[in-house]
Amino acid sequence: MSASIQPAKNAGRLQHLLPALLVLLLALVVIWLSYTREPAEAFLFPRLISSVMVLLAIWNFIRAAAGLARVGDGLAGKTLLNIAPGVGVMLLLVYLGAKALGFYAASFLAYLCVYSLYDPASHLSVKSWLRRLWVTALFMVVIYVLFNMLLKVQTPRGLFF
Amino acid sequence: MEFLQYFGGVFEPVSFMLLLGGTIGGLILGATPGLSPTMAVALLIPFTFQLEATQGLILLGAAYTSTVAGGAVSAILLKIPGAPANIATALDGHEMARAGRGTEALHVSFLASGVGGIIGVLLLIFLTPVLARWALAFGPSHLFWMAILGVTIIGSLDSRSFVKGLLSGCLGLWLSMIGYDDIQGAQRFIFHDALTGGVNIITALIGIFAIPQVIEMLAKGRVEHQVAAISVGKQSLLNSLKLLVKNIKALSLGTVIGSVIGLIPGVGGQIAGLLAYDQTRKFSKDADSFGKGNPAGVIAAESANNAMVGPSLVPLLTLSIPGSPTAAVLLGGLLIHGIFPGSDLFDNYPEVAWTFINSMLVGQVLMVIFGIWVASYAARVAQVPPPVMAAAVLVLALFGSYSVQQSMGDVYIMLALGISMYFLEKVGFSAAPLVLGLILGPIAEANFIQGSMIANAMDGPVRYFLTGPLNLFLVALVIASVSWSFFSSRKQVNSNTATLDVTP
Repeated sequence: MSASIQPAKNAGRLQHLLPALLVLLLALVVIWLSYTREPAEAFLFPRLISSVMVLLAIWNFIRAAAGLARVGDGLAGKTLLNIAPGVGVMLLLVYLGAKALGFYAASFLAYLCVYSLYDPASHLSVKSWLRRLWVTALFMVVIYVLFNMLLKVQTPRGLFF
Repeated sequence: MEFLQYFGGVFEPVSFMLLLGGTIGGLILGATPGLSPTMAVALLIPFTFQLEATQGLILLGAAYTSTVAGGAVSAILLKIPGAPANIATALDGHEMARAGRGTEALHVSFLASGVGGIIGVLLLIFLTPVLARWALAFGPSHLFWMAILGVTIIGSLDSRSFVKGLLSGCLGLWLSMIGYDDIQGAQRFIFHDALTGGVNIITALIGIFAIPQVIEMLAKGRVEHQVAAISVGKQSLLNSLKLLVKNIKALSLGTVIGSVIGLIPGVGGQIAGLLAYDQTRKFSKDADSFGKGNPAGVIAAESANNAMVGPSLVPLLTLSIPGSPTAAVLLGGLLIHGIFPGSDLFDNYPEVAWTFINSMLVGQVLMVIFGIWVASYAARVAQVPPPVMAAAVLVLALFGSYSVQQSMGDVYIMLALGISMYFLEKVGFSAAPLVLGLILGPIAEANFIQGSMIANAMDGPVRYFLTGPLNLFLVALVIASVSWSFFSSRKQVNSNTATLDVTP
């Protein structure tokens, strides 16, 4: 009797197949561009690398399709649910918020959202919210001093700064 | 003894303050679980832009050295290794702390780190010029093969899967080709405006090393962060020194193993620590006491993981091949200051190179002094809740990547690479070969093009790239690294299958 494979230790076939397919597609696009774009001299090295990359990507895909790709913990459904809000905040605030609100405002919100979403303390307690706001504000002051005052980094300004 | 001429540079006020700040900051960062030395150094690079090259490197070198040693604090007091290099330290260190010998464990840990680290840096000092002189004989074909070897060796050693390790390296090489080709002026693989300037190395390093760790910290969800640190009392340093001398065999084994491991590209501190621990246990007359609070375990692991720091920079400074992911990040730090390491580094930039190396030697001493002092406070950092730490690293990564070229495009690339890397790591791809591919890609391509031009004027590329003793030796090493990885990967699959088929 074989012991069952734990999902946390060995990701399901689909979890390997999907990235393997994406990497294969990427490799095919890269090799196609390398061999079709001009001037050919500029694509000499890309042709060499993309050829090796396609071979490896095909091999990787075959292994994933055959269920032989057993390396990597994979992602349990619960983990995916846990990280989704955090990743969502990063994507929203960086790709949309930074220019619309301003870099500092978006970063402030990103910090506050990530901290609040994952803080086990009650979301109904005023004290918890005050602590989150205080920690976020303090951290952003440190960032402002470091990047704006010391490093003179000019960040994009939006609705705020 | 050329290095002695440049010792003064280390003690210039700004340089020394940076060395001190980097050491203390590194110790605290190192003690924080989830913040790896590579990530700490990557996040520090933007702060070096405004500094002179030497000063910037001093800061990065100090952080590299002390984060590795600082990881021992949380390993001993919390049983949570600050970095993978400190896994072996936790085995006996925490048991010592539980038995009320926490201070003793911290003392011997930092003293062993210091001894191992100093010997490692001395190895760097004496080996680097010799290798650099040898590297002068390298032509474009040899440098091309060296770059390919760097990617394959790390792809082979750092990954759990042969094919995924090499594929990660290829992905890195491809990322390095994005943007304008300098020689032909042609656009390559520009799918979005943000990619016009190519993928900046620092931006990529921050994304690849910081963002997956941010997501990893969030993966547990809203859970109570309960970490109980064992408090430490006072203990005579002299007694700890006596204990270190008593365990000279563990110290010697750890230092030798760490130094040798450091010279092999891609192996890293985790292997050094575990291998030194294992060998010390095997050679010990009291093997059964290991894992139960034997100081020899702590001494072997810590001397090894710090002894590998210096030698891991030898291939970087002589051949531009980083010996570890952190060394790759340091290479990024060199490149942003317009310094290209290689055979002529010590001729063109002797002051930068020697002051940096000397600072690592002084940094080891500072690390011992401040490590012992900071240790009990540093453990408190490990009690910072993961959401606070994750949010802080995220914001630092955003600002750090933006400050590289003051471009939002870099921030988009950083985040996209970071999130993609998290998912790729979950299915067995590796960050180290990808980063090495990205860093070594331009070196490999420039030498490939230069070699092709020479080959066209001579007997053709096959003869130019594949003949001659050095070319053949390097090609043999590439084939050996790939074959070794292939067979060890198959062995691992077979042993996994055997484990799964065990009848309960």
